[in-house]
Amino acid sequence: GSGAGGSSEAAAGGTGGGGWRRPHGPLQRYYGPSAAEAAEAAPDPTDINEPHFDPEAFMNKVRSECPLGQLLAREAALGREIRALDSDMQTLLYENYNKFISATDTIRKMKVDFRYMEAEMDDLAANMAAISASSARVSAALQDRHRRGAQLAGVQALLRKLQALVEVPGRLRRWAGTEPVRALRCYARARAVLRHYRHLPSFRAIEDESHAIMAELAQRLRTRLREETLDPKELTECVEMLLQLEEPPEELSEEFLSQAGARLEAELAALEAELPTSDASGAATTPPPTSDILDFVDRGSSAFVGTLCQLASSYRTLFGADTGRLEPFAATLATRYFELLERRLALERGLGDTSLLVRALDRFHRRLQALLELLPAGAAAAATLVARAARERVDRYLRALQTFFLGCLGDVRQALAAPRPPGKEGPGLPDLLATLATSVLGQLKAVLAYVQLFTARDVAFASLPYFKGEFCVTAVREGLVVAFVRWLCRTARGFADGPAERGAPAAPPALLLLLARLCLDYESSTISYILTLTDEQFPPQDSGPPVTPGPALGAEARAAAQRLLDHYVQVQGAAVAQMLRKSVETRDWLGTVEPRNVRAVMKRVVEDITAIDVQVGQLFEEGVRRAQSSDSSRRAFSVYSSSRAPSRYAPSYTPSAPMDTHLLSNIQKLFSERIDIFSPVEFNKVSVLTGIIKISLKTLLECVRLRTLGRFGLQQVQVDGHYLQLYLWRFASDERVVQGLLDEVAASAAHRCLDPVPMEHSVVELICERG
Amino acid sequence: LSSSTALEGKGQLKFTSGRWSPHHNCTQIATANDTTVRGWDTRSMRQIYCIENAHGQLVRDLDFNPNKQYYLASCGDDCKVKFWDTRNVTEPVKTLEEHSHWVWNVRYNHSHDQLILTGSSDSRVILSNMVSISSEPFGHMVDDDELSDQEDQHQEEKIKEPLQDSVIATYEEHEDSVYAVEWSSADPWLFASLSYDGRLVINRVPRALKYHILL
Repeated sequence: GSGAGGSSEAAAGGTGGGGWRRPHGPLQRYYGPSAAEAAEAAPDPTDINEPHFDPEAFMNKVRSECPLGQLLAREAALGREIRALDSDMQTLLYENYNKFISATDTIRKMKVDFRYMEAEMDDLAANMAAISASSARVSAALQDRHRRGAQLAGVQALLRKLQALVEVPGRLRRWAGTEPVRALRCYARARAVLRHYRHLPSFRAIEDESHAIMAELAQRLRTRLREETLDPKELTECVEMLLQLEEPPEELSEEFLSQAGARLEAELAALEAELPTSDASGAATTPPPTSDILDFVDRGSSAFVGTLCQLASSYRTLFGADTGRLEPFAATLATRYFELLERRLALERGLGDTSLLVRALDRFHRRLQALLELLPAGAAAAATLVARAARERVDRYLRALQTFFLGCLGDVRQALAAPRPPGKEGPGLPDLLATLATSVLGQLKAVLAYVQLFTARDVAFASLPYFKGEFCVTAVREGLVVAFVRWLCRTARGFADGPAERGAPAAPPALLLLLARLCLDYESSTISYILTLTDEQFPPQDSGPPVTPGPALGAEARAAAQRLLDHYVQVQGAAVAQMLRKSVETRDWLGTVEPRNVRAVMKRVVEDITAIDVQVGQLFEEGVRRAQSSDSSRRAFSVYSSSRAPSRYAPSYTPSAPMDTHLLSNIQKLFSERIDIFSPVEFNKVSVLTGIIKISLKTLLECVRLRTLGRFGLQQVQVDGHYLQLYLWRFASDERVVQGLLDEVAASAAHRCLDPVPMEHSVVELICERG
Repeated sequence: LSSSTALEGKGQLKFTSGRWSPHHNCTQIATANDTTVRGWDTRSMRQIYCIENAHGQLVRDLDFNPNKQYYLASCGDDCKVKFWDTRNVTEPVKTLEEHSHWVWNVRYNHSHDQLILTGSSDSRVILSNMVSISSEPFGHMVDDDELSDQEDQHQEEKIKEPLQDSVIATYEEHEDSVYAVEWSSADPWLFASLSYDGRLVINRVPRALKYHILL
C-alpha cells in the first residue's frame, strides 16, 4: 500500500522534482561550474533531486531512519509538492498555448506569400530580355549618325584651336604689359604647336609676331631685373619667367646671383651701419650701438640669413641642383656676415648679461642650420665663431674675478689700517678671513653659474663637440678655475717676494698672515671643493686633453702659504730685532750705572711678542710645545750661576775659573743641537712665535758681541736676559731654545766685558719682579 | 791723509765696510753703508755708482772679482749674497740664498774667480762654484793651433756649454758664528775660517773640482 503509493509518488516526484525543488537546477547543470561539484559529490541514490534516484533505496533509508510522525509529515509534504508541480505545469501550458497557435498561423501565411512572389519574378525576367533586344536594335540604327557627329565635333575643336592660335599675338600684346604670367602661360602653350608647323606661312607669321612680343617682354623683364628695388620673390618670378622664355640659363643664373648679391650686400651694409666705425686713429666715430646683441643677431638672422636661404632655394628650383656658382657666392657672403658678427661681439666689452649673449649665439646658430646645408664649410666657421665668443667671455670673467679679488684685498687692507676709535675693538682677523674667503668663493660660484648658461641643455650649440668636451675642460676648468686659483697663489706669493726687496711700502704683517691662512685653507679644502663643483657642472671627457689634478694645485697653494708665513716671520722678527739692535748700539755700555730696573725696550719687546702671539693665535692653532720641567721659569744662567742651580747639560762640573767656563760652554755646545735661525716654520702658532723669538735673540747676540761692556753693562745685560727668559719661554715650542740663546748672550757679554762681575741672582730676580 | 770726502744724508750714517777695486789702476773704492753700496773715484772723490737697497738690511761685506772688471759681490743681513754688474746696478746678476742667518764675509778666490767663499753667523762656511758669471764660463779653453792631432779629437768631444752654478761644499766644523773667511795667498786651493769660539779651521777645495778646473 504505502510502499507502492510511495514509489509512484516518488517516481512522479523524481521526474518533476528537478523543476520545483530547485528551479535553477538545470541551469546550474548547464552552466557547469557546479558540474564538477556534482561530479565530485557521490551520486546519492536516496536524494530525491538527484538523477540517480532510486526509490527502493530511499524507502529503505527513510523507513529505517525516521520515526512514524516524521514519515507522515514527509508524506504530506511530498503530496503537497506533487500537487504544486502539477498546477505549475498546467499554468505553463495554458500560457504558452496561444503562442503556439499564432506561430502556426504565421507559417501558413508565409507559404502563401512566397508562392505569389515567385510568379512576379518570372514576369520580370521576361521583360528584361525584351528591353535588351530592342536597345540593341536602336543603337545599330543610330551608328552611322553617331560617327558623323563625332567627326564634326573634332573639326570644330580644331577650328577653335586655330582661332586660339590666331588670337595669341593679340592676347599676348594685351597681357604683356599687365599680366605677364598669363601671357607666358599662353605663349608656352602655343609655342610647341607653332614650332611644329613652322613651315606653313600663316603659322610662321603668327609665330614671328608672338616671338617679337615675347622678346619685348623679356627685354622688359631684364631691365626690371636690374632694378634695385626687387625683393626676392619678385626676383625669383622674373627669373622664372625669363627661363620660361628660354633665355640662356647660365647668363640668367649670373644675373640672378649678382642681383641677389646686391640685395644681400645691402643687408650686410645695414648691419654694418650699426657697428661703430673707427677712423685711422682708432677712435670710434659713430656712437656705440644702441641695440643689444640679441637684436643684432635677430636682425642679421632674419634679414640676411633668411634672404640668403630664400634666394638659395629659389636658385636651386630655378637652375637645378648645379651649385657650382652658388657655393662660392654664398661662401663669400657668409664670411662677411661672420666677420660683422665678430666685430659686434668684440664690442661686448662689459660682462653685461651672459644669458643675453647665450641667447643671441643660440639664435645665430639655430638660424644658421638652414644655411649650413648649402655651406658645409660654414659649419666649421660658425662653430669657431661661437666657440671664440664663449672663450672670450670666459676670459673676461677670469679677469673680473681677478679684479674682484684685488678689490677684496684692498678692502681688507683698509680695514686693517683704519684708525680705530678708542675703546672699540678692531675687526678680528678670523672675521676678515671668513669674509674674504666666502666672498671670493661666492663670486666664483656665481661666475660658474653664468658660464654654465653656455652648456645649458636648451641651447642649440651646446651639442657641438667643442662645447661638450674642450670648452668644459680647457676653457672652463683649466682656463677659468685652475687659472684663477694659480693666479691667486701667485698674487699671494707676490706679497712675500716682491715689495720688501725694493723698499716699496710693504704689506702689513696681518695681511701676510691672513693670506697665508687663506692659501692653507685653499690647499686643505677649498680647491677640492671648487674642482668637484666644476666637474659636476662641466663633466670632463675621458679622452680629452689632460687636466691639472687637484693635488698639484693644492701643492702650489701650500707652497705659497709657506712662503707667506716665512716672510711674516721674517718681517716681524726683523721689526723686533731692529728694536733690540738699536737699543744695543745706542747705549753707552762702558759708562752705564748699576742697573736698577729692566730696560724699557725689553718690556716693549715682550709686549710686542705678546701682541704677535695674539694676532697669530686668531688664525692658527696652538701647536705642540715640549713639556716644561718644574723649575723652567726659575732657571738662572747655567754658565755663570752654575754654583746655584744645577746645569742641565754638564753633569758634574763645578767651574771656578773663566777658563773652565769657556771649555764648559764649548762642551755644552757639542751636545746641544744647532739652531737654524731662518728655517721654514710650520703652520701653527708656537712655530711662528719660536721663529720670531729666535731671530730677535740672535740679533741681540750678534750686536752684543760687537760692543765692549763695563761691569754694570754686563749686569744690565744679565737683568735684561733674565727678564726676557721669564716672559718668553711660554711662547716658544721648546724653551731650551730660548734658554740656550739667552745663555749665549750672557756668555758673549761676559767675554766682551772688561770687568766681568755678575750680579747676585736673587737681586736679579728682585729687579725683574719689580719691573 | 791725501784726500777725504763725507757722505751727506739724514741721521747717523756709518760706513760698515770698504774695498779697493783691483782693476782701474787703484783709483776706485767701494763702500757699504747701511743698505747701500757706493763706488767712489779717488781722483775726484765723487760717487761713481750707487746700489740702493742692495740688501734688505745691513750690508756686511764686499768683494771685487779679480778677473772680471765690473763685477762685485756683496753680502748682508738678509742672509743673501748678491753679485752685481756695476754698469747696470738696478738688478743683481745673481743671488745666493744658502745661509740661514747673516752673512758676514764673502771672498773670491784670487786666481779662479768661480770659487766663492762665504761665512755666516749660522756657523757655516759655504764654498760655491759660480761658473756662469766667472771669467771662464766654458771651462778652460785652449787655442786650436796649440793642440796636436790627438787632442784635437778630444777637444771636439768636449761639450761646449756653461757649467752649472752649484754649492760645492758646506763646512760645518764650527760651533759658533763664523766671522771671517780668507783664501790663502800662497796656495790658491787653501782657505781658512774663524769663528767666535776661537776656532780656526783650514780647509782645501775638493780635489775633483780642482782637477776639473785646471784641466
